[in-house]
Amino acid sequence: MTEKTTPLWEVFIRSRTGMAHRHCGSVHAADAEMALQAARDVYTRRGEGLSIWVVPSSEIIASDPAQKDELFEPTASKIYRHPTFYEIPEEVGNM
Amino acid sequence: MYTQALNARDTEAGAVEDADRVAAFQARVDAEEKIEPNDWMPEGYRKTLVRQISQHAHSEIVGMLPEGNWISRAPTLKRKAALLAKVQDEGGHGLYLYSAAETLGVSREELTEQLLSGKAKYSSIFNYPTLTWADIGAIGWLVDGAAIMNQIPLCRCSFGPYSRAMIRVCKEESFHQRQGYELLLEMVRSSEEQKEMVQDALNRWWWPSLMMFGPSDTDSQHSAQSMAWKIKRFTNDELRQKFVDATVPQAHYLGLTIPDDKLSFNEATGHWEFGEIDWDEFMRVIAGNGPCNRERLAARKKAHADGAWVREAALAYSRKRADRREAARHAAE
Amino acid sequence: MTSDLFTYTLRLADDAAILGQRLGEWCGHAPTLEEDIGLANVALDHIGQARNLYSYAGEVEGAGRDEDQLCFLRKEREFGNCLLVEQPNGDFAQTIARQLFFSAFMLPFWRKLTGSRDETLAAIAAKAEKEAAYHLRHSGEWTIRLGDGTAESRARMQDAIDLLWPYTGELFEVDGVVERLVADGIAVDPETIRDEWHATLRRVCDDATLTLPPVGWMQSGGRSGRHSESFGHLLSEMQYMQRAYPGMRW
Repeated sequence: MTEKTTPLWEVFIRSRTGMAHRHCGSVHAADAEMALQAARDVYTRRGEGLSIWVVPSSEIIASDPAQKDELFEPTASKIYRHPTFYEIPEEVGNM
Repeated sequence: MYTQALNARDTEAGAVEDADRVAAFQARVDAEEKIEPNDWMPEGYRKTLVRQISQHAHSEIVGMLPEGNWISRAPTLKRKAALLAKVQDEGGHGLYLYSAAETLGVSREELTEQLLSGKAKYSSIFNYPTLTWADIGAIGWLVDGAAIMNQIPLCRCSFGPYSRAMIRVCKEESFHQRQGYELLLEMVRSSEEQKEMVQDALNRWWWPSLMMFGPSDTDSQHSAQSMAWKIKRFTNDELRQKFVDATVPQAHYLGLTIPDDKLSFNEATGHWEFGEIDWDEFMRVIAGNGPCNRERLAARKKAHADGAWVREAALAYSRKRADRREAARHAAE
Repeated sequence: MTSDLFTYTLRLADDAAILGQRLGEWCGHAPTLEEDIGLANVALDHIGQARNLYSYAGEVEGAGRDEDQLCFLRKEREFGNCLLVEQPNGDFAQTIARQLFFSAFMLPFWRKLTGSRDETLAAIAAKAEKEAAYHLRHSGEWTIRLGDGTAESRARMQDAIDLLWPYTGELFEVDGVVERLVADGIAVDPETIRDEWHATLRRVCDDATLTLPPVGWMQSGGRSGRHSESFGHLLSEMQYMQRAYPGMRW
């Protein structure tokens, strides 16, 4: 491998629907401005977006899949956080 | 399909893996859970995916060339724009797929190197030449049609990044087959001469399109494992049959004859039965001896070599700018 | 009068069509996959502009010619595009320099044309202005990276600028057609763009550590149908289908 690697960037697009920026893929680019342009050219060809974030892939801190149980299991039993846990008589109406 | 050559067996014996982990992994796959890049996975699963996804990506990239051959000669501005947008999409699909492969720890540069060195394979279909404008329609209709057959089940592939890339690809690709068929429809309706061009294109692209699905199930060695891992959802022959069943009536609507004298409709099964594929030709093209194998690889190598100074310049500029920023920071301290 | 507007619109259409044709040649052969997609976007913008402009030219002419007849069935001497856009792609630096020179001109051009008394041209300009802004950004950023990149890229970028510079004079040419349409409030007087154009190029070249050549001898001829030798080859390729199969629908 003589070719130097060009950094990888993760691309997040905020769509027209007003939703939050959402991860949609990645691009290779030597710097941030080029990454932004590449993201625009690659991921908004069909009018998908109104705003783009690019983040160096190496800067993403991810949770460890091995810790999935300790991180996410405890919430499964906390059903009192969900509205359906509470019973309200129908006559009261929507709440 | 775009990953036909996948059907060659791994020669090296895999390292012994912890049976419990393998079983737990298989249980997740069976439960239709998505496997993500950082999850534990059997080495064979990883290898199969890297190979399949990168072959798929290479196919998209090489696939830009036969159609790209007609961008400068498209007969109308509308067709020129549609073709350019389609070829561009293929580049985009290659890019999404390379990204999916990269999540498994192999870089774009390595993947490119594998393609250019001839180590990696790509779909045999792209080693056939586009001789007339009708070929552009035939590729959209048949080649993209076959690709869609294959890609729709891949949207449910067990590997998350591959499945997500496929969802995006399928969404974008829906116009590709339609533009191809519409283009042919316009031609067969316009004149007898054009209809002959379309028939000629079908004659040349029909069999290579059927080969896209890869060897027959009886000869396909990786199928069973890939099915168990839910990388593959249907066998080669199942997909091929689906394709034939969908395509034959479309050909008839165009007033064309499928170049297969054994083709007949089986009332009992509801399927179109077709003749024997020339597997010698298939093997020959996969092995590098198709009409355009050398040209295709040479074109990719040239683009890569011609662009080297540009990629180096972009990296050099980025380094310089970082150094300058660093120097300015020091000066300010 | 009609004929001035026809000629003017046709020249703009030819500029866009020919540049789109050249840029389309890159697809599948660019330095990176990202750039394959990027250059195709620029090409598609130009093809889209060409379609709108040809259609309008055909309407103005009133002889029943549509966008494709104007693009694919005119002869070399009838094309009125500037010489700059027909120059071969060369290496990536030449393609970028051609785009930079052109887009740096077209951005203020389209902006001014949005104020044209001709409503159709003004509407086409409004859409094209946004596209040109991105083309300028894209080619400008690349010029900076190539100019201030490696020794090789710097040499190539400077060569490209020197090579294509003599083709920029034509962007500012004014003949009777332009003169009369400017007087009518329909066309843009290119002289009113020169300062902005030059300032844009100076800024980019400064950042790129490149030297903008002095204004000297300039090429001319495209607007009156005297083109480069390479242009005939471009046309024979672009027009092949319509010439080989006359009168057919595609």
